[in-house]
Amino acid sequence: MTDNKTTPVDEGRRRFLTASAAMAGVAVAPGVVLYEIAHGKPADEPASHAVRWGMLIDTNQCQEGCDECVKACGEENGFGHGTRETDSQWIRKVELRDMRTGRTKSLPVMCQHCAEPPCVDVCPTGASFKRPDGIVLVDRHICIGCRYCMMACPYKARSFVHERITDQNPDVPRGIGCVESCTMCVHRVDRDQQPACVEACARAGHGAILFGNLNDPNSEIAKRIAQYSTMELRADLKLNLGVRYQGF
Amino acid sequence: MQIAYREVEGRSPRYWALLGIIGLIALLGLGAAYYMEHHGHIVTGMTNQIVWGMPHVFAVFLIVAASGALNAASIASVFGKSAYKPLARLSGLVAVALLAGGLMVLMLDLGRPDRVIVAATYYNFKSVFAWNVFLYTGFFTFVALYLWTMMDNSVAAYGKYAGFAAFIWRLILTTGTGSIFGFLVAREAYSSALLAPMFIIFSFSYGMAVYLLILIAAYAWTGRPLGDAILHRLGRLLGWFVAAALYFVVVFHMTNLYFTKYHGVERFILVEGGIYTQMFWIGQVLLGSVVPMLILFNGKLRASRGLLVTACLLVVLGGLAQMYVTIIGGQAYPLDIFPGWEERSSFFDGVVHPYHPSLPEFLLGLGGVAVALAIVTIGVKVLRFLPESLADADVDPHAAG
Ligand code: SF4
Repeated sequence: MTDNKTTPVDEGRRRFLTASAAMAGVAVAPGVVLYEIAHGKPADEPASHAVRWGMLIDTNQCQEGCDECVKACGEENGFGHGTRETDSQWIRKVELRDMRTGRTKSLPVMCQHCAEPPCVDVCPTGASFKRPDGIVLVDRHICIGCRYCMMACPYKARSFVHERITDQNPDVPRGIGCVESCTMCVHRVDRDQQPACVEACARAGHGAILFGNLNDPNSEIAKRIAQYSTMELRADLKLNLGVRYQGF
Repeated sequence: MQIAYREVEGRSPRYWALLGIIGLIALLGLGAAYYMEHHGHIVTGMTNQIVWGMPHVFAVFLIVAASGALNAASIASVFGKSAYKPLARLSGLVAVALLAGGLMVLMLDLGRPDRVIVAATYYNFKSVFAWNVFLYTGFFTFVALYLWTMMDNSVAAYGKYAGFAAFIWRLILTTGTGSIFGFLVAREAYSSALLAPMFIIFSFSYGMAVYLLILIAAYAWTGRPLGDAILHRLGRLLGWFVAAALYFVVVFHMTNLYFTKYHGVERFILVEGGIYTQMFWIGQVLLGSVVPMLILFNGKLRASRGLLVTACLLVVLGGLAQMYVTIIGGQAYPLDIFPGWEERSSFFDGVVHPYHPSLPEFLLGLGGVAVALAIVTIGVKVLRFLPESLADADVDPHAAG
């Protein structure tokens, strides 16, 4: 784990983020800041219930054919861009067409970080777990690879590692025979950074993904959710998702 | 009346040949598991869409059949039918053997079979899978105790209780197995409370079919007498189990058709699902249920051992087909994450997922069957499971004829 001090690189990155955030905010909708810097926690402090990390995806900003978020995820978390049926895909772009009107939509789908995660309920060993701050993770040390969580997830958000892995990102341990899924870039969040997909989307000028603390009424994400109508995927299952969609 | 039990001799070339073939298949299964473990599941037909494949078809079948194999014992002890008493020991042995074979397959198909100890030390009590670890251990224990009361006169007095405990436990066990699927709320093919009772009925018919096959083979190959009356009775009973299972299947699909949200998956399984539709109608319904019923409910046909064996084999094949349709077909049908929208993605959203089982998966499944058979084959040699004679007059003089 890194310590709490910011390095010059971090500083630079943060300035860049702030700047691009401001730009994105201006470019997208004057007066509405789409981007805020997440407030993480010091590394020696456990994740807390006071925070619930979440994402809001504005489907009006998400571009058809753009997969910057997907690429960034693969790079950050150390898997390739393979799209065979056995390849890991923590995030994917889904293209939609309304069956009645023909209207199209494009949006990313990843682990929805359910407050009541079925994957955690069914896991026999407790390897699939939810942190107090709402991020759902797989403990690679006690996952036995039974894949029951993959059967249980309503969003097909999980992948099973079918082959031996080389070239790992040390921050993101992965292993053959285990199940994995979007971690909301927990290693970055704990360092006060944004998830890689969020950053990449902003960098591409779309700013379609807003990351923040759902529990803080003053956070941008909480305000947006209070103001606009948003929706959860398969809301009928009442899983209280950490990822919300806007613009349907 | 006293029944004399005796170990099979197990010295004939035929016995060793049988054990050799079974052992070879079991070894092939273990080899396949090692190969899968070494290379990862990439060498199987399983994917991130079809996450449970052929090994689960075999494993769940064996586990479900295990509970049903206890039928003969339960009828003897719980329902006090003395004619079934001589059948009880073998029934317990087959039950334990099938469960062991099924669990072996399940375990070796894990992504990390080396961590199986983790499954025994870390529990998440909300998980149906974790309950199953207790259900399986409990089943072994109760059936073992029950066998003990049957084989050791000094504890014979407790037989009734042990038999009853084993009976209750097996119902819970199959409820647990059915619930593995029933709890998957997200999958349209599974989210039905009917799955648990349906699996209990399935277990009756699959277990009885396997039991009958083993019984007939054991007596034919050891040259011991096996009366027609007892087979007649067990065959008819199997017929009723098959009929009840079919009835449940009809009710299951009818209730699903009642809910609009299940129409898609029902159309898939019943009409448009290709291999799954064929397996359902031809495998599960026609060959696995209708044909066996025609044989089993007809006294004359059932009297022919060849036809009785055919009926049992068909029930087993139909059971495997049913598992394939339920387990693989249920996953092949895409999840509907955006109702009302057509979905397309690099992760195969919105399309039926293909599955091509590979040879190692198949061998692993067969390996489980072989292990179960090996346990029975060795069991009857080392302990007194089989009555010397099951001739009608020896079993139940009043019911003979
Ligand atoms: S979206 Fe799927 S993987 Fe993520 S928390 Fe919910 S059930 Fe688990």
